[in-house]
Amino acid sequence: MPTIHVTDRDGSQSSFEARPGLTLMEALRGAGYDSIEAICGGNCSCATCHVLIDPDWADTLPPRANDEDDLVADTDAYDETRSRLSCQIAVTDALDGLRLTVAPED
Amino acid sequence: MHVVIVGGGQAAQQTIASLRQGGFDGRLTLVGDEPVLPYQRPPLSKAYMLGELPAERLPLRPEPWYTERRVDLLLGRRVTAIDRSARRVQLDDGGALAYDRLVLATGARPRPLPVPVAAPDAVFDLRSLADVEGIRAGLQAGRRLVIVGGGYIGLEAAAVAHSLGLDVTVLERAERLLARVASPTLSEFYRQQHSRRGVAIRTGAQLTAVEAGGDGGLVTPVLASGERLAADLVLTGIGILPNAEMAAEAGLDVAEGIVVDRDARTSDPLIFAAGDCTRRPLVHHGGHGRLESVHNAVEQGKLAAAAILDQPRPAEDCPWFWSDQYDLKLQIAGLAAGSDHTVVRGEPEAGRFALFYFAGDRLRAVEAVNSAPEFLAAKKLIPAGARLDATAVADTSVKMRDLAAAALAAA
Repeated sequence: MPTIHVTDRDGSQSSFEARPGLTLMEALRGAGYDSIEAICGGNCSCATCHVLIDPDWADTLPPRANDEDDLVADTDAYDETRSRLSCQIAVTDALDGLRLTVAPED
Repeated sequence: MHVVIVGGGQAAQQTIASLRQGGFDGRLTLVGDEPVLPYQRPPLSKAYMLGELPAERLPLRPEPWYTERRVDLLLGRRVTAIDRSARRVQLDDGGALAYDRLVLATGARPRPLPVPVAAPDAVFDLRSLADVEGIRAGLQAGRRLVIVGGGYIGLEAAAVAHSLGLDVTVLERAERLLARVASPTLSEFYRQQHSRRGVAIRTGAQLTAVEAGGDGGLVTPVLASGERLAADLVLTGIGILPNAEMAAEAGLDVAEGIVVDRDARTSDPLIFAAGDCTRRPLVHHGGHGRLESVHNAVEQGKLAAAAILDQPRPAEDCPWFWSDQYDLKLQIAGLAAGSDHTVVRGEPEAGRFALFYFAGDRLRAVEAVNSAPEFLAAKKLIPAGARLDATAVADTSVKMRDLAAAALAAA
């Protein structure tokens, strides 16, 4: 299972193993990162699962779709290269070693 | 300190998360009457009903999450009474639990059909996992489904059933869809969207009975006009009723929902309530009301936890909500009640538009179809009490985020 390295909203750093088949949001939430609110449940409707991907990884992930782009681009913490809604990223083995930071609350 | 949470839905799960995040180290017990971990309800009428989301992905958190937070889970158990003077709740198995603080997250139940139903086996609610398990076997292509109620649940179910190849009819008693919750413009938009895909939308249609048997169907919904429909199954979506009876019996203030203040506190300072069961202050709109939404469950879970921990009150959003039907993503922020005019931004014909509701120059609500920037702007503008120029809103050559930034700077 791919290992994901997380810097949480309070600055604390930790790693966990994410199960392929879930979305990154579901994996984060299930691993106990309660700062990932994901209020809409992964529907790409709310932008409360916003994470900032390590710049080295930006090109590895599939690009943002239009609706993800619309939502995330209007958040205060938006970073054109790094911002992603974690509910829109499928966990695969290719994510092994991914580093991300939970975005500040909007 | 022992916090007992009654109910096993989203408000309950959020209360647990916020209590532990806030440093609560006392004892936590959740008593939920469904035999499963707290799960997401919105997909029940969307991806889960469609078969796109497996059941294992419905729970809000996996079981170890509760273990790590030292939560005693009493699932499939019901609280039958609250003894406020003894600070104790009675359980359905004869046991009892003493509490220091009690959180009522008892949710709501489907409003039952107010007509005689002679074929209850073919009539389904759409509220719980068990409801959906019941109806899913019947969702087979070619079958005739009659949906009673043209609200969000009914319309989402109609979209799913149509996608699965069923022959779908929606009966709505009012003269338009979504009559209680949306503008006439939005009602008409959704009528057209469903009609053109082949869903029969029958407004002004009053159901008077569901009879057993019939002409080739399993059940016969009968209308006030005397018309008899043939159906294989009937799904009801005519609203929900707050589970507030136990609170009322315990002497708490109840008025179409458990009455709470801004801290989600009931009329008993040791008892809180969160989610669909409450009637709450509408901070950004004035007055009190029931909000039946995930946003409300999450927000009140946080408010209750903060109040229990004697911590500052978290920010209160304006109400927000979403509904998915076909490829249409509807997002609503605010409450339209009390608005005096509406401005359309975008093109309804193009399936991408937003309706802005104003009271004077203050924005009260936005209904956004495939228009996330407008929805997000509204979520910020409404709580800020920002003023907006209606003419500017209608001009799509100006980006919504630029409009919003200017309005927020002036607020």
